[in-house]
Amino acid sequence: MEHHSQTERHQGWKTSKSTDMIFRGITAACAALVLIVMAGIFASLLWNSLPSIRHSGISFLFSKAWDPVSNEFGALSSIYGTLMSTAIAMLLAVPLSMVIALFLVELAPPKVSYVVGSAIELLAAVPSIIYGMWGLFVFAPFMADHIQPLLSKYLGWLPLFQGPEMGIGMMTAGIILALMILPFISTVMRDVFAMVPDVMKEAGYGMGATTWEVTKDVTIRYGIQGMIGACLLGLGRAIGETMAVTFVIGNSSDIFISLFEAGNSIASRLANEFAEASDPMYMSALMELGLVLFLMTFGLQVVTQLWLKRVKRKMGGDLL
Amino acid sequence: MTAATDAAERLLRRRAAEVEEEDDDDNVRIDAFLHHFREEDKEDEAAPAKLSARNLNFYYGGQQALFENNLDIAEGKITAIIGPSGCGKSTHIRIYNRIFELYGNQRAEGEVLLDGKNLLDPGTDLIELRRRVGMIFQKPTPFPLSVFENVAYGLRLHFKMPKSELNGRVESALKKAALFEEVKDKLDKPGVALSGGQQQRLCIARTIALEPEILLMDEPTSAIDPVATRKVEELAESLKGNFTIAIVTHSMQQAARISDFTAFFYKGHIVEYGLTRELFTNPKQKQTEDYITGRFG
Repeated sequence: MEHHSQTERHQGWKTSKSTDMIFRGITAACAALVLIVMAGIFASLLWNSLPSIRHSGISFLFSKAWDPVSNEFGALSSIYGTLMSTAIAMLLAVPLSMVIALFLVELAPPKVSYVVGSAIELLAAVPSIIYGMWGLFVFAPFMADHIQPLLSKYLGWLPLFQGPEMGIGMMTAGIILALMILPFISTVMRDVFAMVPDVMKEAGYGMGATTWEVTKDVTIRYGIQGMIGACLLGLGRAIGETMAVTFVIGNSSDIFISLFEAGNSIASRLANEFAEASDPMYMSALMELGLVLFLMTFGLQVVTQLWLKRVKRKMGGDLL
Repeated sequence: MTAATDAAERLLRRRAAEVEEEDDDDNVRIDAFLHHFREEDKEDEAAPAKLSARNLNFYYGGQQALFENNLDIAEGKITAIIGPSGCGKSTHIRIYNRIFELYGNQRAEGEVLLDGKNLLDPGTDLIELRRRVGMIFQKPTPFPLSVFENVAYGLRLHFKMPKSELNGRVESALKKAALFEEVKDKLDKPGVALSGGQQQRLCIARTIALEPEILLMDEPTSAIDPVATRKVEELAESLKGNFTIAIVTHSMQQAARISDFTAFFYKGHIVEYGLTRELFTNPKQKQTEDYITGRFG
């Protein structure tokens, strides 16, 4: 019996070399798949947008004219809409998420933290079409009836808050987006804050710091990298979010200063127009829009990584 | 006076008598030698208590970790707290600055008198308490700030002062922590970029910059190398007098080297407490003797 199991184990070791090779091969292949898919998407986007690039040239990026009938394509209003709605969403969601995460980790009793935390995670599981429908049928009228009149009454001197109080538009899209990315940012931030070593916080409290001071000087500084990661995750979702935005952004091809006005985003335009793009040039222009979105997210990722590297060096590494 | 010194005297005189016939010079030398220790012991024993634990009990949830602890931390002296792992050493000193209260399920009962006032009173101002009672942790805990800002951290929290004064106090704290020469050219470098031993002394500088009355050290050398350990020990010795120091340590050698008083903890009880020289050479309790002779722990 003893002998038997010995040989069995020995054989196991022998084969383990080749299984290791197979294991390594499989994992490497899976990892490579990601790169291949990514490169493939980029290549096909580029290939399909070539006709449009040749047709419109650089003016594609700087013209807001979008007239498929006369083959005039400019992406400016879509780019602006994407950036603006994302900016509104981030402006609202990031501080709020941070506060929520800090509450869950630093201040809430464990039971409350568990219940609220789970609820927020559930929020992340709500399909975006639900947000879109709710946004259009419930939230937009509410905006029109209550929020927008209030804003134009008190902040109406700002061009941002002038114009028709219709409910749908850039601001509503941004708020819905904020709601959608909030759970992602706050749960990741919660995990980041929870990972800050207790002894670091104790050192802060041990110096006679208040909770607020420990939070801002120790917890946040310590978790900055993870926090930025959380924001990026939210940003990535917001910038490409399609369904909910398409429902509430209003789908106008114009650019308005006012956030009450309708607009469009790259994703919403694609969702709205793919079905009707019968002309090859029209199709190619939409592909180029997709390419722009792809490059925007990619560029954002690169810039953030570089910035993070700098932050890390400045603080001496050893951050989360 | 202390039995330990008396015992040493008997031993020395007998040795002297054995080696050669009675010699006055020898006796004079022995007298001088012992006199030094006796004076030291006398001075140590005369030091008033800065901090006194009275009938202190501590609970992690429903589990009691400390039992009726009574301990005086002498003013301006180093008091070592020794004992095997899990005996409640750290738990005990973590009551002194009420840092344990960060965790909801931990609870202390009894009294800890700081200059005669019970710091466990609900009315105690924790921020003020922690300014007066500083703490150094097992692992170096430099904040993600520059060397300078680390030391300035507490000063900025508690005081408003002009930049020039801040600079002066940071420099003086670094000097007291015997770190200034090593870091004077990298004050704006991140604190975490220093070596482990330097980081620990940085944390000490950060704490003493606030001029606390008491310095709690929770195994301050357990994460750093022997050379750095020696430096921290020398630092502790140089700081005593100005500061009252309570140091939890795993190393009996460390306790014997630097402390004036030692308390031996076992399973949450204080088994024995007294002058370090006394406790190590002439322990009164069997458990203490077993521990310091390495029979357990």
